[in-house]
Amino acid sequence: MPITVPAYGKEAAGRLASMADVTADDGALRRFLHGLPGVDAVGLEARAATLGTRSIKTTAKAYAIDLAVSMIDLTTLEGADTPGKVRALCAKGINPDPTDRTAPKVAAICVYPDMVATAKEALGDSGIHVASVATAFPAGRVALPVKLADTRDAVAAGADEIDMVIDRGAFLSGRYLAVFEEIKAVKEACARPDGSAAHLKVIFETGELQTYDNVRRVSWLAMLAGADFIKTSTGKVAVNATPPVTLLMLEAVRDFHAATGVQVGVKPAGGIRTTKDAIKYLVMVNETLGARWLTADWFRFGASSLLNDLLMQRQKLSTGRYSGPDYVTVD
Amino acid sequence: MTFDGSMTFDYAPAPESRSVVDIAPSYGLFIDGEFAPGADGKVFKTVSPSSEEVLSEVAQAGADDVDRAVRAARKAFEKWSALPGAERAKYLFRIARIIQERSRELAVLESLDNGKPIRESRDADLPQVAAHFFYYAGWADKLGHAGFGPDPRPLGVAGQVIPWNFPLLMLAWKVAPALATGNTVVLKPAETTPLSALFFADICRQAGLPKGVVNILTGDGSTGAALVAHPDVAKVAFTGSTEVGKAIARTVAGTDKKVTLELGGKAANIVFDDAPVDQAVEGIVNGIFFNQGHVCCAGSRLLVQESVADEVLDALKRRMQTLRVGDPLDKNTDIGAINSAEQLARITALVEAGEAEGAERWAPDCALPGSGYWFAPTLFTGVTQAHRIAREEIFGPVLSVLTFRTPEEAVAKANNTPYGLSAGIWTEKGSRMLWMASKLRAGVIWSNTFNKFDPTSPFGGYKESGHGREGGRHGLEAYLNV
Repeated sequence: MPITVPAYGKEAAGRLASMADVTADDGALRRFLHGLPGVDAVGLEARAATLGTRSIKTTAKAYAIDLAVSMIDLTTLEGADTPGKVRALCAKGINPDPTDRTAPKVAAICVYPDMVATAKEALGDSGIHVASVATAFPAGRVALPVKLADTRDAVAAGADEIDMVIDRGAFLSGRYLAVFEEIKAVKEACARPDGSAAHLKVIFETGELQTYDNVRRVSWLAMLAGADFIKTSTGKVAVNATPPVTLLMLEAVRDFHAATGVQVGVKPAGGIRTTKDAIKYLVMVNETLGARWLTADWFRFGASSLLNDLLMQRQKLSTGRYSGPDYVTVD
Repeated sequence: MTFDGSMTFDYAPAPESRSVVDIAPSYGLFIDGEFAPGADGKVFKTVSPSSEEVLSEVAQAGADDVDRAVRAARKAFEKWSALPGAERAKYLFRIARIIQERSRELAVLESLDNGKPIRESRDADLPQVAAHFFYYAGWADKLGHAGFGPDPRPLGVAGQVIPWNFPLLMLAWKVAPALATGNTVVLKPAETTPLSALFFADICRQAGLPKGVVNILTGDGSTGAALVAHPDVAKVAFTGSTEVGKAIARTVAGTDKKVTLELGGKAANIVFDDAPVDQAVEGIVNGIFFNQGHVCCAGSRLLVQESVADEVLDALKRRMQTLRVGDPLDKNTDIGAINSAEQLARITALVEAGEAEGAERWAPDCALPGSGYWFAPTLFTGVTQAHRIAREEIFGPVLSVLTFRTPEEAVAKANNTPYGLSAGIWTEKGSRMLWMASKLRAGVIWSNTFNKFDPTSPFGGYKESGHGREGGRHGLEAYLNV
């Protein structure tokens, strides 16, 4: 296996160049993606369910809860978002539990592009990243120049991370190279004048792609195009992150890493609301990718209500009592 | 705490509580609705294979006890067989419900006595046990519509001898269809795993089952031999080794006893180059490491297409490294204890033969507990049809890997065994899967899955894997005079 390099590092480009033959044209890319091993739905779902039966107790639970808190992209993506709302969320991200300052801070605050500057200012030097959705999130149904402008705007406002949506219409109609080129273009738009770049998360909206074969193909496609993270969903459609879909993406990341040495992160988003659910995801990461991925650099939860449940469970572990929703903050 | 990927996510021990099960220091035989000591007072100990702790002392049934039990069953048969099917169904439904209610207790008991992980006794064994009783309860009043004539009659007393690998599940496979069809039962559980059958006796009492309909005799091979030879036993049902199965077939030859035998296996799990690899790896793991490989239909021979052999083996080894071997009562254990010292010795001997014959042995790094009987999940590569480990049933967590080039060769190698219980086919191509299934000489064929069981599906073997079918509508036939 080649030496591991991060997807956002300079060396990754060279590794991807070694795969250039499979992305040379539409035909080559199609043959490659359709040549990936199929996915048996029953078997995949059974494996995810079995991993879900792991019993994580006491010290392991305490570790998992804090780890999960540190991996949250605390999110608000509403038409009604205001600077006040975003500032409140940032304060919560920095000190999730006002009664217990040992609670870890979250990984990032995820907002629309016009709220990036507000979030950036509110977070200050906390070390928490600002993630911004871009490319006409959530539908992505605008022309490429508009998507690129949306991305550049967010980066210019200070976004550390960009969560883009793919063109699901292009993918479902088999225009894989168009999707590939668009991801590449957005990745270029993530560059800053000083030579650094915002990290790119690529959202598939797996609820719209529907089949597991599609999820494996789109995972490879996005990683070949330079995704730093692959992300399940926008949270805006009926079916968002599920354990089997996330497991499949973890397997794709594992196989891509084995083939290229490039380490890519995974972000399930939408529908993860309880500590129990979050721990199931961490178990999947642990038993599919291992400890190297068990950090906020390589695994994130896109969530909002999850944080309070984690905090209530955290309080329960430290005090032995259930507190209740009035002992965590409503933001 | 900082999370920089340097820490490992270690699962803290998550033991299921032993306090949910109350094991008595000794048990008698369950005959005619009562527990009583054996006629000659002989007893033997049953131990927990994960710790070698003595769990209880049980009676060793002798010929007199067998006779008493068969006579009790024969007497009960008159009334039981005359009950309307719907009335018998009520008892079976009641038993099924009690099993569900007591499933946690029974799962812990099974893991203690057998050594299997609680995850499996809880999620596989017990749900299937209850499902079998529910399923056959449904048949009890519909026997006239099962395709065996308008009013098929039961046979009489069924003498049933079951193995130690799925003690309560094999009991369910035997007892549920026997009772549904109007037979009465004398059942002998395996010597190393008698406890769940004795708890089942208690469940029969709790359900108000008439006395003598179910009788449980604990003992060794001599008890089983006396039971199948008893002249008033009309039906013999056996699950276990091919060697004992042959002896039973000789015993009943020339009598009018009806016999079903479910014996050994050496199943091929066949992986084609277009297989869904991740799920195939799960299927291989489930096929051979489920229940420590103590499964007659285990996928103990992996036949992998040579063009993808390296890829599949790499993935399989990576997956095997995540298997958790240890305390059966820990909810995170994947592989528990080998059932007995005797079985461990048999596995060890065959594995040594595999090495001596030149196959390459591999096992992940895994610490095994200090006491009890343990064997690490193991695979052999470079295995050929000529190796003992490719031909003989190991009945342990040991996989033999062979390769093939074409579908024809896969069929030839898969069928080249004295056994024929099960097989697995992994391919995304439906036409090839159906073609393979029609060529394989095995009673159960799984496609893109393995070790899936359901009470509605018949189960049984070809050749030295036995004859007769259990489960489903077919499973009724063995207990009816047709």
